[in-house]
Amino acid sequence: MSLLEVKDLKKRFGAVEVLCGVDLTLEAGEVLAVVGDNGAGKSTLIKHISGVYRRDGGEITLGDEAVDFDSPKEARRAGIETVYQDLALADELSVGANIFLGREPVRRWLGLLPVIDRARIQQETQRLIDSIESHIPDGATTVAGLSGGQRQAVAIARALYWDAKVVILDEPTAALAVMERENVIKLSRMLAAKGVGVIYIGHNLVEILEVADRIAVMYRGRIVHVTRSEETTQEELIKYMTGYSERRETAA
Amino acid sequence: MASHDANLSPGRVLKAPAATRTRPMRKWGLPVETLVLGLTLLLWIVMALTTSTFLTTNNLVNILRQVSIDSIIAFGVLFPILIRGIDLSVGSVVALSGVVCASLLTAGVPIPLAIALTLVLGVAIGSLNAFSVYRLGIPAFIITLAGLQAFRGGAFLVSDGTSVFGLPRALSTFARAEWLGIPSLFWSMLVIGLVLHFILSRTRTGRYMVAMGSNHESARRAGINIKRIVFFAYIVSSVTACIAGMLLMARMSIGSPTAGVAYELNAIAAAVVGGASLFGGRGSVLGTFIGALLFATIANAANLLGIDSFWQMVATGVLIATVVYVDNLHKRRQSGVK
Repeated sequence: MSLLEVKDLKKRFGAVEVLCGVDLTLEAGEVLAVVGDNGAGKSTLIKHISGVYRRDGGEITLGDEAVDFDSPKEARRAGIETVYQDLALADELSVGANIFLGREPVRRWLGLLPVIDRARIQQETQRLIDSIESHIPDGATTVAGLSGGQRQAVAIARALYWDAKVVILDEPTAALAVMERENVIKLSRMLAAKGVGVIYIGHNLVEILEVADRIAVMYRGRIVHVTRSEETTQEELIKYMTGYSERRETAA
Repeated sequence: MASHDANLSPGRVLKAPAATRTRPMRKWGLPVETLVLGLTLLLWIVMALTTSTFLTTNNLVNILRQVSIDSIIAFGVLFPILIRGIDLSVGSVVALSGVVCASLLTAGVPIPLAIALTLVLGVAIGSLNAFSVYRLGIPAFIITLAGLQAFRGGAFLVSDGTSVFGLPRALSTFARAEWLGIPSLFWSMLVIGLVLHFILSRTRTGRYMVAMGSNHESARRAGINIKRIVFFAYIVSSVTACIAGMLLMARMSIGSPTAGVAYELNAIAAAVVGGASLFGGRGSVLGTFIGALLFATIANAANLLGIDSFWQMVATGVLIATVVYVDNLHKRRQSGVK
């Protein structure tokens, strides 16, 4: 049984059919890359999985349960964490405060007033950032001063800490320097090694071939090709991404 | 940011810029607040050395009284500012709460009940502001600007355009009282400041306000109840303005509809000079107090030295611009942007 199964997912925005029956499976402990040209439907697809959009048709199963999320919050509660392209971190808060944002442990001050358990956050954060070798010096650092890669690490650490079953990384390296890109790839593999199912959206095929176990290619609202990454090449992926292979088939 | 990333080589550990590791300092809200505190102390020293009137108990108590009411208003205004809002109505709320409370008292309502009813008025005004911002989508600047006009008008209507006299003697006795040589108004400010500081630094509500002002979208995605936070921030602002209004009423022994004119601007200036960002997410109660203390000191010094109050206004303006500029410089250096 797969960790996550998407069957015949359909969505239209007005007259435009953005998803025309998408089928996808994700196993625990694998990195599944979803590639495709701009407008192929990658973002729309993941926004259905992460609860941002409601679908017009089809099914999504998580574990052995059919799910239909009302909101990102609900998807998150079910164990689907999304690391957004824009990271969604609060700059003025510390690394620890960001990781625990919305789920702060609370203790009673003087046995009475509920206050944030800062000591616990600090301790857990330190343990966490040590374990992912993210090179973040201190969990009490404010996020404003971190580099792009360190911010990405914080966002991924947040997913890791909260025991997500599925983590969606939406173009996680889009704005990063080369060295930091390697770090994100390492973190993605680390998530998979802990049994998380990782969906990795990306553009850079060299990077995709390095990080992914399997690759799904989208073209005009459909998944046109799924392959193991060691069994494919950049050239083949580009053919599917540009619809070249499809045109050849119809011609033949 | 980009220039920082560009120096990375594979063998090197990714280091945060040095400025981000100044945790013990950040905790105290450095650096702009320290700068302002330094400036204030400098002014005190200069005044103490050059005048015989500054360093007298009478004068210092006077400064403490003045800074108390200014600070209470500024503490309140800090809350909407933190969530990237603003509250321009507080000066008018000071007047309205003063005349409402005074009218209740002269009508024979017992003091505790009159105070309670005035606080309820504060909750109502704050809720109205929050409702307009959150539900009706009116920009905070506009709706509270409307409030600045409307509540001032309300103060004149309630008082029939004149001051309300004949308050119970107990109130002015309270306003003049001292405990351990410190005026009661200052103690009131201290209690309110400590409570608000506690909320900001220790509770989830405080943290969520910073998160919301810092990145609204990230707060929403983290499942934070945005509506609750917006209401909380604007209610704190109006309620503290009502408390300040009643203290001012007690101090002057009248409810005056012309009280508190332009207080909202002084309060915002105190918060900003004390390190708050009008773009949200940054600011502290302690910093705001230091900002208010600086302005109170300048006003007092100018009076003692017989400096034209017009010059005092010019100086205050220059000061606000300078402090915010210096703070921006520092922040840019901190985030690595050259």
